[in-house]
Amino acid sequence: MKSAVIVFPGINRDRDMMLALENVTGVKPIAVWHADTELPKVDLVVVPGGFSYGDYLRCGAIAARSPIMSDVHAKAMKGLKVLGVCNGFQILTETGLLPGALLRNGALKFVCRDVKLRIENNRTWFTNRLKKGDVVPCPVAHGEGNYICDAETLQRLEGENRIVFRYAEGSNPNAAMNDIAGIMNEAGNVIGMMPHPENMVEPLHGSTACRPLFESLLAA
Amino acid sequence: MKAKVKVTLKNGVLDPQGKAIEGALGSLGFSGVNGVRQGKYFEIELAETDRTKAEAQVKAMCEKLIANTVIENYAIEFT
Repeated sequence: MKSAVIVFPGINRDRDMMLALENVTGVKPIAVWHADTELPKVDLVVVPGGFSYGDYLRCGAIAARSPIMSDVHAKAMKGLKVLGVCNGFQILTETGLLPGALLRNGALKFVCRDVKLRIENNRTWFTNRLKKGDVVPCPVAHGEGNYICDAETLQRLEGENRIVFRYAEGSNPNAAMNDIAGIMNEAGNVIGMMPHPENMVEPLHGSTACRPLFESLLAA
Repeated sequence: MKAKVKVTLKNGVLDPQGKAIEGALGSLGFSGVNGVRQGKYFEIELAETDRTKAEAQVKAMCEKLIANTVIENYAIEFT
């Protein structure tokens, strides 16, 4: 399973993501610079977390318009698997690959702690090693993770089983609609999530609870 | 030519920053504040001198980058 991790100025979780991918899949991911115009031949592209362009204008807005994202968009439309985590999720909504937007957390505070993440859809390439309804701990670290979309989109996301992750009861850190923590596109090849599973895969992280998410990549 | 662009959150999109400002105004003793919405303001210097072309240019800028039309509205003015 070959993967690439996109690196933007201001991104800081790219190495965590690369280590998690290498650790679980055994293949070292390729780091791709934002100014490149073409992706290498890979099975998965990850847009990692951080603060691309210092969150200027809107979180992810400027990164979403970078040269490499045109190719990510084009290849995602043809079925390439794309995962966006945290700032990566914000970038994917800004590119239009995922619907909705991520607003300032309801309580206006940056939240950095573990949440309880419930697997809502386990028939995806990132959740197939878990069961529907499983709850795993997962770290979050964001100031703008408050997911919002219009009523019609929300109805579609719910109806089409496209809410992949929800914050388990009492665990919503940002006031996101319907406790949404992660969603996928209509075709199912693009997944975005606010929490950081890459930071819960090794014993040194304190828990390996999110390792099955990465192991799912091997089955897919 | 200079374009002035105002970007505001759409009605119905929760504005927690506006709410916090509203709360702070209340605690400063300003009564009768029924609501605060926060937005963004941009001044864009353009080389274009034709008003119609400039309008089209700035509209495209707003649609592509300056506003996220999923959650925001924009208004353009020229001086």
